[in-house]
Amino acid sequence: MSTLEQDKLLLEGIAAEDRNSIELLYKQHYNMVQSMVVANAGSKDDAADLFQETVIILYEKVKAGDFELTCLLKTFIYSIANRLWLKKLQKQQRFTTQTDYLEDIVPVEDEIEQHVKLNHDFEIMETAMAKVGEPCKSLLQAYYLQKKHMTTIAEEFGYTNADNAKTQKYKCLVRLKKLFFAQYKNTN
Amino acid sequence: MEDTLLMDAAERFIRGEMSAEEKIYFDDLRKNNQELDQTVVEQIFFLNQLNTYSTSKNFKTILCEVESKLIAEKVISKTIATPNGKIITLWKKYKNDIAVAASIAGIVSLFITTIISSVNKTQNNLEPLVKKLNAQADKTRKIETKLNQLQAGTSISLKQPLDARFRATGFMIDATNNYVATNAHVVKEASNHLIVENTKGEQFVATPVYINVAQDLAIIKIVDTAFKKLPLMPYTIRKTVADLGESIFMMGYPKQEIVYGEGYVSAKNGYQMDTLFYQINTTANEGNSGSPILTKNGDLIGIITSKEIDANGVVFAIKSANIYSAIEEIKKDEKIKIQSSPALKGLDRVTQIKKLQQYVFMIKGN
Repeated sequence: MSTLEQDKLLLEGIAAEDRNSIELLYKQHYNMVQSMVVANAGSKDDAADLFQETVIILYEKVKAGDFELTCLLKTFIYSIANRLWLKKLQKQQRFTTQTDYLEDIVPVEDEIEQHVKLNHDFEIMETAMAKVGEPCKSLLQAYYLQKKHMTTIAEEFGYTNADNAKTQKYKCLVRLKKLFFAQYKNTN
Repeated sequence: MEDTLLMDAAERFIRGEMSAEEKIYFDDLRKNNQELDQTVVEQIFFLNQLNTYSTSKNFKTILCEVESKLIAEKVISKTIATPNGKIITLWKKYKNDIAVAASIAGIVSLFITTIISSVNKTQNNLEPLVKKLNAQADKTRKIETKLNQLQAGTSISLKQPLDARFRATGFMIDATNNYVATNAHVVKEASNHLIVENTKGEQFVATPVYINVAQDLAIIKIVDTAFKKLPLMPYTIRKTVADLGESIFMMGYPKQEIVYGEGYVSAKNGYQMDTLFYQINTTANEGNSGSPILTKNGDLIGIITSKEIDANGVVFAIKSANIYSAIEEIKKDEKIKIQSSPALKGLDRVTQIKKLQQYVFMIKGN
């Protein structure tokens, strides 16, 4: 199998949230990103954060379904990580002279822009979730994140039946929606 | 139609769970009622956002778990090299998210970030700045060499004052082995150097040995050979929870000199009922992160971490019992022991402060 075919398989695994694929991604590309960060005024912890963010961008791309890998995955990952890291350094107002790249680079501006937007929305939802209060937060998380069935949720939360739990869930959802839009409309 | 009912309808609509008949009815309703249609559009948008959020959140969780597993298996390494070669980091999550979420959620950490090597507006200043940074890089190298020498048993200390990028507070918890407690978010700021500064303005090199992000607790060790050991600590660190209404005082560095403050324990739980923290009614400012909170008898009960943005006098502090669990963790690899005497008991406040202040340090770094 060619590297490109292997990369495509790996991406399918990432899209399916398969742990082994994520592990493989770490094993194949983590050290490269770490070297780049450490060589450019970063710590190993920075590298870990940066790699996570890079994988998330990759995940967002493959999830969106329009991702056609046109270069090696390695090159793509390096380009994303590199761009993100430079942006971080600029934010910290530090000067670095990155004279030569350790690896090939492809343009990834659009990917990063898209990620910033998604991340922004994610944070607003995260904040709304934090503000919605209990038992709403746990109830919504049980249903939307853990994908639990309404009857299970009713049992766990002590509602007499699934319908009551469902009514409660919708009340919570309306509250969450208000909190979400209060922030969303302010910042968009 | 009630909002909740409409939400139910919107959700079933997205998921394609509506019967053909119901769908026709729903479509009709939307066509004939613009306002309702607007609400439905909003709800569909919101539900899609929630689904994206859920998928993303789940993926991030998996990602963190995989990372932890690989770190445990030593496939990837994450910790910074220290003289002793090890930092205990108990908890790692998608850090940026948390920091941002926490700040939007209405609490703010209390440390000062003063970027000394900042970009100036005029072009002229650019060049010396770069030089400065190069000088900094040199210093880093020197210190690294020093750290290596330390392992070989030679001396380690700063030759010149540090160009600090942030300032916060910390205090001694083991005067025999020179361990200082502060906040995890403070230590995380230090990507190159970490120092403690006493009330005399003397700076000493320190290194992190324990970072617990969930508790926002960090323990650092003063490794500087120029540091002179302090006598036995005059305060005790309390293992039990403080009482509601107990009056407290604290010392910290919201400015370049030590500042005294007073208050009381206003709630036994922190932000959003977090049981690891107290809520304290007092005034705290940037730089107070890591400040010790003591009772009138010199019993240390907590460490200042953050305050609520839009409320006055609502400050959060880590409960002191967490220090003990941290020490248990560190003990596995290092010598550490809390030895103290209740020497502050019964003294007037001015004398207490005089005795206490040499154990409270400014934490700086870059």
